[in-house]
Amino acid sequence: MESKKLSFKEGLADGVPIGLGYLSVSFSFGIAAVTQGVSALAATVVSMTNLTSAGQVAGLSIITAAGTLLEMALAQLIINMRYALMSLSLSQKLDTGFTTPHRFLAAFGITDEIFAVASGKPKEITPSYMYGLILLPFLCWSAGTLLGGIAGSVLPEMLRSALGIAIYGMFIAIFIPPARKSAGVLVTVIISAAMSCGLRYIPLFSHVSSGFAIIICTLAASAAGAILFPRGGQKEAEAE
Amino acid sequence: MTTSIVAYIGVMAGVTYLVRMLPFVIFRKKIKSRFVKDFLYYVPYAVLGAMTIPAAFYSTGNVASASVGIAAAVLLALKNKGLLAVAAAACIAAFAAELLMKFLLV
Repeated sequence: MESKKLSFKEGLADGVPIGLGYLSVSFSFGIAAVTQGVSALAATVVSMTNLTSAGQVAGLSIITAAGTLLEMALAQLIINMRYALMSLSLSQKLDTGFTTPHRFLAAFGITDEIFAVASGKPKEITPSYMYGLILLPFLCWSAGTLLGGIAGSVLPEMLRSALGIAIYGMFIAIFIPPARKSAGVLVTVIISAAMSCGLRYIPLFSHVSSGFAIIICTLAASAAGAILFPRGGQKEAEAE
Repeated sequence: MTTSIVAYIGVMAGVTYLVRMLPFVIFRKKIKSRFVKDFLYYVPYAVLGAMTIPAAFYSTGNVASASVGIAAAVLLALKNKGLLAVAAAACIAAFAAELLMKFLLV
């Protein structure tokens, strides 16, 4: 058993598959942004400063609907709240070299995928490894957004409108496989989607903006999932 | 529209960073509450459900072509195809549906 600490290079290598995956998702985010009237440059700045998919798409809809900043802050808080749990979990297995300044910096790059890879490592996480792991996904996420934004601006209308569905295709690909395996995930998605439709189509709720709709659906459906389908000891087993 | 794009992006980035940073820097204990853990586990799926439905049906500017695209995506996702394959299938199916409709309606 080697006792060498995790290196920057090792992080870079682990980041390659994540980066490749991010290219396509951010590309479709770029297209979605320009389709909704947000410039490619603004979309790229959003990607460079947020590095998250769901929160950015929700943010986009709040910007185009001219929502309030409070709505934006709440939506980001709730949609990205899962990162707090991931940060918390990851903070338990950091190398002693992970000083507070490093924590401030590396925290920026905690995403679903980066967390999953880092927490799956059998060794303690060093700052170098973490930066290596974050670098390529960050570059790919930013570049993909810019390319998508540019492509979205120059493609003919019919092609662009067909590409507008890409990001939803990815969302579907993310939640359907786990929903098949877990009744809790399935029910959570169904409740959330049903509520989302209700808020959109029932005239009584016509004043609820898209950002708040996502907040309400997320809180209610996640709570319902946690109450109806508690996950027992699974989580602990996973975290080890 | 009075709120500037810079303000929106600033709030987005600030909140997202704080959510990631605060637990990473401050807290050193594990979450004990099972409910909170389970709740957080389900959050991404709830977000995706609410964001996808019904918005996906309006994503191409035409409910019919979007429905075809969604059907294609669901079909491939059920077969556990990757993100890129599912997204591409949704686009191609939606595009084909739009071509077909244009053809029939002319």
